[in-house]
Amino acid sequence: MLRQIEGSRAVADAVALCRPEVICAYPISPQTHIVEGLAELVKSGALAPCEFVNVESEFAAMSVAIGASAAGARAYTATASQGLLYMTEAVFNASGLGLPIVMTVANRAIGAPINIWNDHSDSMALRDAGWIQLHAETNQEAADLHLQAFRIAEELSTPVMVCMDGFVLTHAWERVDTPSQEQVDAFLPPFEPRQVVDPAAPSSIGAMVGPEAFTEVRYLAHARLMEALDLVPDVADRFAETFGRNSGGLIHPYRTEDADTIVIALGSVLGTIKDTVDELREGGMRIGVLGITCFRPFPADAVRAAVAHARRLVVLERAFEPGVGGIVTQNVTMAAPAIPIYAVVAGLGGRAIPKTSLAGLFQAATADQLKPLTFLDLDRSLIDRELGRLAADRRSGPSAENILRDLGAVASRIG
Amino acid sequence: MFEVRIHGRGGQGVVTAAELLSVAAFAEGRHAQAFPSFGSERMGAPVVAFCRISDHAIRTREPVVRPDALIIQDATLLHQVDVFQGLRPEGYLLVNSAKNFEQLGLGEFVGGFRRERILVVPATEMAMTHLGRPVPNAALLGGFAALSGLVQLRSVITAFAGRFAGALAYGNIAAATEAYGFVRAEREELARAQAD
Repeated sequence: MLRQIEGSRAVADAVALCRPEVICAYPISPQTHIVEGLAELVKSGALAPCEFVNVESEFAAMSVAIGASAAGARAYTATASQGLLYMTEAVFNASGLGLPIVMTVANRAIGAPINIWNDHSDSMALRDAGWIQLHAETNQEAADLHLQAFRIAEELSTPVMVCMDGFVLTHAWERVDTPSQEQVDAFLPPFEPRQVVDPAAPSSIGAMVGPEAFTEVRYLAHARLMEALDLVPDVADRFAETFGRNSGGLIHPYRTEDADTIVIALGSVLGTIKDTVDELREGGMRIGVLGITCFRPFPADAVRAAVAHARRLVVLERAFEPGVGGIVTQNVTMAAPAIPIYAVVAGLGGRAIPKTSLAGLFQAATADQLKPLTFLDLDRSLIDRELGRLAADRRSGPSAENILRDLGAVASRIG
Repeated sequence: MFEVRIHGRGGQGVVTAAELLSVAAFAEGRHAQAFPSFGSERMGAPVVAFCRISDHAIRTREPVVRPDALIIQDATLLHQVDVFQGLRPEGYLLVNSAKNFEQLGLGEFVGGFRRERILVVPATEMAMTHLGRPVPNAALLGGFAALSGLVQLRSVITAFAGRFAGALAYGNIAAATEAYGFVRAEREELARAQAD
């Protein structure tokens, strides 16, 4: 049914249609509306049988999900930002144990300074945790990816993180088509656990493994993730057959066939980039877009095939490695080492990414006037003022507070 | 594509107004996208929300920087926040106030716009009458339907009826309907004055 609803509500309804048996979560913006929606569905009896566990922290949320999944239950949780970091140890355990938990990450910046707004610092910090990471471009895709995530996770016995941009998607109202329970039941079979703690057939999960076998266990986890490179597009194809909609998969090329310049990005900024690219194409620029839906495992072959003919790549990064540069950029370079590549860090901590800035950026890129690493819309005057204070006074105080004082009335800004 | 920006303060239903405007447009078969610009969410702090309406799928997610219409839920923001940023000369403006533009200190400013697209409506007073609470968003959306013709009053009513129940729904619908009539009468008067 087509409805005009909030992204969080669309995801809550999609997760409920997957018949999770245990949902455990701790509230943190901008994820909270999702689990609030699910809590209402459990309380009203609309989602049954399902146990909603109010836990005392994110560490407990993932721990409960691990316990539930190991007991054979379909388990779901959601978090963001500091919450994801707080559960980090358990996140690694979930993948190490091969438990098919599905978790939504409502992407948000990481402090300090504290910031509740959207970027990709949180899920990028856990890109090596052994989870499959899928990124949604729209709320329709966010909802659809959850149906696919449970199927992928359970087929491979590997947990899946569905990343959706906090606020930009979670709090946006747009039209979303929610399928019927019958359709979802036909698409997503009941959970058949590969391993289960069962009093009738006692066994242990999570034993200590020494040097004699640790590498082999790790290798198998890697091999499972590499298998996902075949399974993720396969599940997307079967999704399209059932629901008549293209969602998910590894990558989404847009007007790349004849493009000299290809812009690569993840998540909701792809829409703004596509609109910008359409306008630039009217002026004759041969530019296209490559959306990466599946970031872990990294679809190197698919990316290489999609960009092989390009003369340059621009990677729009919503997070970065301090002291290094672009994260996605390094992965793309590994896939297509011969193509010149520009990393652009944009939209950190909720900074708007306007079309005018993107158009200027892409024009500079096509003229090969960009540096290897650019911070989009960086306010150089603010930085110079703080650098001046640092040089002038040993006790110059905290930079964040100094810069806020320079800015004055922050609330008067619109963008 | 038609882009609306709504300014107000925390607690006045700014975000809800943008959401329900998108629901009203959806009820008419159009594509719509509503989203807030979150600051620190405190009662009384300046809040901005956005709504885009189009006959085609909406892809962009940048904030609305060049609005076709502005709705100002709290007139005390007029001289505190740059609420008019990017408003086009042919744009629409609806301000919640019982004062006129001269009394608000905007007499000269509104001269640069098309007079029949620039109006005030005492939405808080209407909300107090029908809801007993100073939440002006329903009246403003009813008034905005009359001002812009972007959505119909019945779609605004559908949106509020879907969001609220009982007395709250009736009160919001009554406030929206009164504001719709108020703005329509104002516009007719302006049209007559211009014809004379």
